[in-house]
Amino acid sequence: MKKFTSHTGITAPLDRANVDTDMIIPKQFLKSIKRSGFGPNLFDELRYMDEGQPDQDCSGRPLNPDFVLNQARYQGASIMLARENFGCGSSREHAPWALDDFGIRCVIAPSFADIFYNNCFKNGLLPIVLDEAQVDQLFKEVEAEQGYQLTVDLERQVVVTPSGTEFAFDVDAFRKHCLLNGLDDIGLTLQQADDIKAYETRRRQEAPWLFDAIK
Amino acid sequence: MAGKTLYDKLWDQHLVRQNEDGSSLIYIDRQILHEVTSPQAFEGLRLAGRQPWRIDANLATPDHNVPTTARSGGVDEIVDPVSRIQVKTLDQNCDDFDIVEFKMNDTRQGIVHVVGPEQGMTLPGTTVVCGDSHTSTHGAFGALAHGIGTSEVEHVLATQCLIAKKMKNMLVRVDGELGAGVTAKDVVLHIIGVIGTAGGTGYAIEFGGSAMRSITMEGRMTICNMAIEAGARVGLVAVDEATIDYFKGRPFSPSEAQWDAAVAAWRELVSDDDAQFDKVVEIKAEDIIPQVTWGTSPEMVVDVKSTVPDPDKEADPVKADGIRRALSYMGLSANQKITDIALDRVFIGSCTNSRIEDMRAAAAVVKGRKVADNVKQALVVPGSGLVKAQAEEEGLDKIFIEAGLEWREPGCSMCLAMNPDKLGNGEHCASTSNRNFEGRQGFGGRTHLVSPAMAAAAAVTGHFVDVRELVAE
Ligand code: SF4
Repeated sequence: MKKFTSHTGITAPLDRANVDTDMIIPKQFLKSIKRSGFGPNLFDELRYMDEGQPDQDCSGRPLNPDFVLNQARYQGASIMLARENFGCGSSREHAPWALDDFGIRCVIAPSFADIFYNNCFKNGLLPIVLDEAQVDQLFKEVEAEQGYQLTVDLERQVVVTPSGTEFAFDVDAFRKHCLLNGLDDIGLTLQQADDIKAYETRRRQEAPWLFDAIK
Repeated sequence: MAGKTLYDKLWDQHLVRQNEDGSSLIYIDRQILHEVTSPQAFEGLRLAGRQPWRIDANLATPDHNVPTTARSGGVDEIVDPVSRIQVKTLDQNCDDFDIVEFKMNDTRQGIVHVVGPEQGMTLPGTTVVCGDSHTSTHGAFGALAHGIGTSEVEHVLATQCLIAKKMKNMLVRVDGELGAGVTAKDVVLHIIGVIGTAGGTGYAIEFGGSAMRSITMEGRMTICNMAIEAGARVGLVAVDEATIDYFKGRPFSPSEAQWDAAVAAWRELVSDDDAQFDKVVEIKAEDIIPQVTWGTSPEMVVDVKSTVPDPDKEADPVKADGIRRALSYMGLSANQKITDIALDRVFIGSCTNSRIEDMRAAAAVVKGRKVADNVKQALVVPGSGLVKAQAEEEGLDKIFIEAGLEWREPGCSMCLAMNPDKLGNGEHCASTSNRNFEGRQGFGGRTHLVSPAMAAAAAVTGHFVDVRELVAE
């Protein structure tokens, strides 16, 4: 997995609550059997004026000028600012894949849906929860200043604004450790294979009907 | 010490290891696989040179992409080449790794969340995961079930475990008696209206109270299915006699020799009387009448007798803005009556409402009536081949066809429109599915979530109507 230690980048404000994963990457793109290539279709229905198709060249499609990622001042954005309940809806990991493929490394919001939040960490993407007032302040600052950049320091668990203000954020110790070191969690779990086998032996005695039934 | 909730018990029973950094390893008894969220997981397994940890914990079936029109030609005749490759990839992966799969034209094929319980793959006390957020459905049986992402699908394939963090406990208690014509779907839509789409975030929700006890197993599945629409990954209902009866004679249920031991273990799967919940929400069953969503989030829901909300009356600016945006997308005006909304299409199906009781409820309403002229299409899509066969045995297919509805092959269909069943731009649909997000049922499509009886009533009248009036006529 990709490491995340510290990152500084242009910040794009997506001023809506309840951004769902259907919006982040619409279903027609879920037919792919790959993990990459979703970037051009990130926020497809908001970003383009026409209906996108899988495997289509997006370079000639009509852009929606109102959509934040299409605006000149936010080109190259790698941090996204959003409102509450970001990533709700379907469990599709294609949503963080699309954000990552587009170049977003970090999303800051007052709250995230659980499955999306979890999926981000598996892909080297950092979701940060700040309180409503802090997010609100960031929205105001971003909109007021062209080229506004935030710095996200995972080691110190702070978001730093251009004026030097720091906002602290929480992150699970385990997830932080995996992100900082780019660790593959399947490999980590397999180091505990003896525990898993011991559990299975016990479980087989307690609930034998759960084994060898599906064949 | 306080007693344990059902969720606490299920968690404790599956804890393999508690790590010092606060993360836990929990054991997964069952994983269901479908074509959309599994290909990259199998690819990851291959790239790392890993094998599945336990083949007999997995079951697969294609559902999201499969066509629901006549498909005797099999996978090769799926018209969309991208869908075809995805279904074929699932078949190939299951063949390569020896995983049991109900392929497209197997009568046991269907929507993962219909098939799992139907086969007795899901059982009380199991942990069930699937790369699909509506895995919460299986909690209806006292199973700890939730959706996961593709990396986690791979993690479960490779280790039979998940790295997890314990959720908080919420109890939603529905007490009293539901009125005639009020269904499980109305109950869950009402609950979401009360607690909001993020109200359950971070919680496992147990649905309890006297009304829950009188709701059938299929109705409980409908309710747990939409726990995720309230933000909760997990929905749960305690085990009772109805739960135990449901599993008698299912293909993967415990054998006769093991049955009594299994039932004894299942009877423990209830929250203790003195269990502590972090949050309790109380709902009166008598307050619930048929529900209709008007907006683009499941919490945008009102009684059928009510009107579309007015953003000018909303004090919170972010919410008022959300209402305005939804009204504009939905092509509705503030204060418009719900019963004045005309429909272009009707969809009866999805993992929320495609089981036999749903088919019966819809058929009872359309029987002897005709689909209204303004309705271009009314689809009935059973949740599995076995539901379809049962419905045909009861003659429900004929009732639908005579009334002018289309009777289809099983799959997800117009719930998310990954197959050819979709809404056109701007079309309104009465849908028994679970999400009314923008574009969910097709680009520019406008979804209204309702119960099967309400969808059937909308099909024959051409607009929303309180089904209780229609049936009483
Ligand atoms: S029926 Fe709809 S919600 Fe259910 S699994 Fe299929 S696509 Fe998902």
